[in-house]
This record gives sequence, structure tokens and C-alpha cells, in this order.
Amino acid sequence: MPGKALVITSGKGGVGKTTTTANLGLGLALRGHKVALVDADTGLRNLDVVMGLENRIVYDLVDVIEGNCRLAQALIRDKRTRNLVLLPTAQSKEKDAVKPEQMKELVKQLKDEFDYILIDSPAGIEHGFRNAVAGADEAIIVTTPEVAAVRDADRIIGLLEASGLYDPSLIINRVRPDMVRRGDMMDIDDIIEILAIPLLGVVPDDEGIIISTNRGEPVVLNGRCRSGEAFNNIVRRLEGEEVPFLDMRGDGLLEKLKRLVGLR
Amino acid sequence: MWEFLSRLFGRENEASKVAAKERLRLVLVHDRTTVSPCLLETLKEELLDVISKYMEIDQAGFEVNIEQGDDSMALVANIPIKEMKRALSRTKN
Repeated sequence: MPGKALVITSGKGGVGKTTTTANLGLGLALRGHKVALVDADTGLRNLDVVMGLENRIVYDLVDVIEGNCRLAQALIRDKRTRNLVLLPTAQSKEKDAVKPEQMKELVKQLKDEFDYILIDSPAGIEHGFRNAVAGADEAIIVTTPEVAAVRDADRIIGLLEASGLYDPSLIINRVRPDMVRRGDMMDIDDIIEILAIPLLGVVPDDEGIIISTNRGEPVVLNGRCRSGEAFNNIVRRLEGEEVPFLDMRGDGLLEKLKRLVGLR
Repeated sequence: MWEFLSRLFGRENEASKVAAKERLRLVLVHDRTTVSPCLLETLKEELLDVISKYMEIDQAGFEVNIEQGDDSMALVANIPIKEMKRALSRTKN
């Protein structure tokens, strides 16, 4: 059975697409699936750094498409699990070095060998976006609880439909429970009501995610961290399991105490 | 003083999420009704066909536009009439 290709996209930049791609990819691989991550942001390569694999790149996506190497030669094996590979993109080429048709063919080849192909889309709605969605079977939209990010997510829903990708699911990233509790941040229900697409996950903003990204180790490896827990939950939902969403109204005093003494 | 009190009791905080949601709702009303020029042109042609059954229109002055108000959208058509048609027989069959 061929694998499933998911594009991770957002419209707006800086909402956490690459971090999400890295975490879901590693999470799925650690649970036994064969996963390929594809960086579709040609010219602004990032996924390699977030994965901590930047020193291992020899060939890239554009080399594969231009025939400078075979696909298998460009795939970088992850250092934590043999189930995961990264196809980095070119840093010194333009976005239009790749055509949607070529991308489609490449993803098709990967689907023969891997269970999941996660495509990290660039920000924007131009050439790079069209390349990223070209080979995808399903789409995951990442947003943050801000007016501009949700607006762009709404626009992306329409553009995905125009590309034949219906029913995308939503990840709301960088939620700050303390601000939601104070009424200073749109909560999950507000955003879902407005965008009207199914919720795949909610990821709290915490320091753990910044610290792990500094080290090139996706936070999904850190089970004690709330954002790591959130990404793990999303991975299980992708597998079809029903997992309750983390409570984003924030921890009460009791929860904080429990955490302090290591009860959870 | 009142401002301090309302901040103390969290009223101003309450407003920030509500404001975000309201602004988002408004901007999406506009975004979602964005019509491509091509679609507008087709609409114009079809309108012209229908209206021509009843009256003769000055085609050069015929305009159709989407106008945005602060919190509403409207389809505004300006259709100068040259002459009313006396017989409506064509529309009946």
C-alpha cells in the first residue's frame, strides 16, 4: 500500500510549520512508521537545522529533479531513528527551480517506500506553495491565535480547495494558557468556530520547544514538556486514535504543585 | 481612576480577545466575498441578458461593482435605461 503525503502549510510565516513538520515526522517514526520529510521551501532551507541534520547534507531536492543524483542518495537518515529520512531542499537555488509536476512525481516515488511523507510548505501562496501542495493527499494547516495568522489560514483553506485538497485539519500552535484564561488570547473554540475545519491539535507555547530547537532535537522527544506531549498526541491522532485535547485554560494551583513534586 | 479599576477587575483584559475575534470576523467577511474580475464580468453579461428582456440598456454606462462598507458588503449596479420595452411577450414563453 502506498504511503500518505501530508502537506503542512499556513499562509503566514513564522507560525511553526517547520517545527510542526519535524515533530510530527519524528513522532511518527518513533512509533514505528517509515517517514520521509520533504523541505519544500527552496532558497530558505530550514528543516535540516530544526532536525539537527544540517551537517549531513550532500545532495538536495533540486539535485534530484535536475538529475544530478538519485533520490536515494539525497535522503538523509535521521540520527535518532532509522525510520526517518529528510529530503533537504536547495539553499542557493530559486523557488522556481522546481515545477509542481516534478514535485508530484517525486512524492509519488517516496510514497512507494514510506508510510508518511510530510511536506513542509514555505510561507506565502505563490510558486513554493503550489509546489508543496502538488503531490499531497491531505493538508494540515498550522496557525497561531492571532488575527493575522487565522486570516491567512482562512485564505489557505480556499486555495487548498482550489488545488483539490478538501477537508484540511488544523493545528493551533503557540497557545498561552495564562493569556487564554485572562481573556487576552482567542481560545480554541473561537478559532474553530471561525475557520470551521476539524481540529487536529493544540500546542502550548513553552520554553521547552525553544530549548529543544536550539539543540536541534525536536521537542517530541521530551515527554515531560507540555508541547512535546501535545505533538505526541497529534501523532496518535494521525494514527487514528482518539486522544483528548490538552486543557488550554491553564493549570490551576493544584496541577502546578503536582508538577513541582513530580506527580505528573 | 476608572481605568485603573476596570483593569483591576479585568474588564480591559476581557476586551482584547473580544476585539481580536470581532476584527477577525469583519476582515473575513471582506476576504470571503472577494470576487475575481472574471467572475464579475460573467455576472455582468448574464445580468445584461436578463434585463435586456425588459428594457433597453445603455451598455456603455452599465456598471457592476462590489462595494465595501464598514461592516457590510453590497453588490451595486448602475444600469442606465435607454427605453422600456412595450411588449414582454418574449419573456412569457
